[in-house]
Amino acid sequence: MTKLTFIAHDGTYFDVDAENGSTVMENAIRNAVPGIEAECGGACACATCHVYVDEAWTAEVGEPEAMEEDMLDFAYEVQPNSRLSCQIKVRDALDGLVVRVPERQG
Amino acid sequence: MTGTIRTDVLIVGAGPIGLFAVFELGLFDMKCHLIDILDRPGGQCAELYPEKPIYDIPGWPSISAQGLVDKLLEQIAPFKPDFTYNRMVSSLEKLEDGSFRVTTDENEVFEAKVVVIAAGGGSFQPKRPPIPGIEPYEGKSVFYSVRRMEDFRGHDLVIVGGGDSALDWTLNLQPVAKSVTLVHRRPEFRAAPDSVNKMYAMQEMKQLEFRVGQVAGLAGADGQLSSATIKGGPEGDIEVPCTRMLPFFGLTMKLGPIAEWGLNLHENLIPVDTEKFQTSVPGIFAVGDINWYPGKLKLILSGFHEVALMAQAAKRIISPGERIVFQYTTSSTSLQKKLGVLEAS
Repeated sequence: MTKLTFIAHDGTYFDVDAENGSTVMENAIRNAVPGIEAECGGACACATCHVYVDEAWTAEVGEPEAMEEDMLDFAYEVQPNSRLSCQIKVRDALDGLVVRVPERQG
Repeated sequence: MTGTIRTDVLIVGAGPIGLFAVFELGLFDMKCHLIDILDRPGGQCAELYPEKPIYDIPGWPSISAQGLVDKLLEQIAPFKPDFTYNRMVSSLEKLEDGSFRVTTDENEVFEAKVVVIAAGGGSFQPKRPPIPGIEPYEGKSVFYSVRRMEDFRGHDLVIVGGGDSALDWTLNLQPVAKSVTLVHRRPEFRAAPDSVNKMYAMQEMKQLEFRVGQVAGLAGADGQLSSATIKGGPEGDIEVPCTRMLPFFGLTMKLGPIAEWGLNLHENLIPVDTEKFQTSVPGIFAVGDINWYPGKLKLILSGFHEVALMAQAAKRIISPGERIVFQYTTSSTSLQKKLGVLEAS
């Protein structure tokens, strides 16, 4: 199991155990992290699972692909560390990953 | 509301496919009534891109979307369809005699033997952009579509977005507006490369301004904008004059109450067969963008084909046992009489 931490917009921490191969979004939904809507169910077809990757983790998580960049156009308050959480796959190297949930989704 | 409105075929959606359905059904003497959530016919063609040209209508190398709608209305005029606008269908109920009772959100009641769903992407709404405090300006100085280009004449226009709508309107409104500023959060665009190149060329000639960043705030009074603040760009926070804004952040389409009609659904689309374009409920058909079948293409021309086949099946329901004769409008005197192009003898 890989540990992930979501920080909700009100500052609440959600520490969850995630299976490798699942997406960060799926783990947010499974653990009812507030502020992750994931309207499209993980098809990279909306921008409602937007998260900010903690600065310490941006290099390991990596950059969004072109399609994800296109969808990020529809997100709220996009920052250089913005990602769509449905496009981040959980793996060993992400053990301890911290992501923040934005004020709102779109 | 007074009484039930009875018709042969009730068509949900008055976009190009709903309109052409009237023609194909009319050739078989079926009377149609159309219901639409918009205030006029044409669907997305009329609402979202009326002045944009369409290039893949057979026989029309180029026709504006509104032009196509106008031509379709002219083409179906002989069949005298009835229209009910500004209404969303709500419930559907199957009656004992096999016909359907459909109720609208304003409680009008329709009864028809056949229901044709031509609702496109469903009832659609532009997505509100993530700009704080935008609500009071909506419909007054912030618009989500261009109804008339003249409404933008002489204005300091800010267009937000990176897709085709944003780029096309940047290019088309540049000659009309006093100034045009295009704002997009990055220098890459989803829009067609040709439009992007044209936009950069116009920026080069100082005909418009392109700024990387996001609109973070609006200033104005009584719904009238005066300026917009753009942040996140290389220059830091800047304020640009803005008396009209066009944000293009995509659309959300919702199937709406049709989802509750007991039809099988496939990812918010309605599966149909490709012989009759009938849904899982006999007597209810789905045509155009709202239907799904293997190989489906969301093209207007595909919808035209679908309604021609659907009309044959609808005729069998409305006039059971009657022989259906396949005829050409070019040579059939009976079809020509219906179209009013041949004097009744």
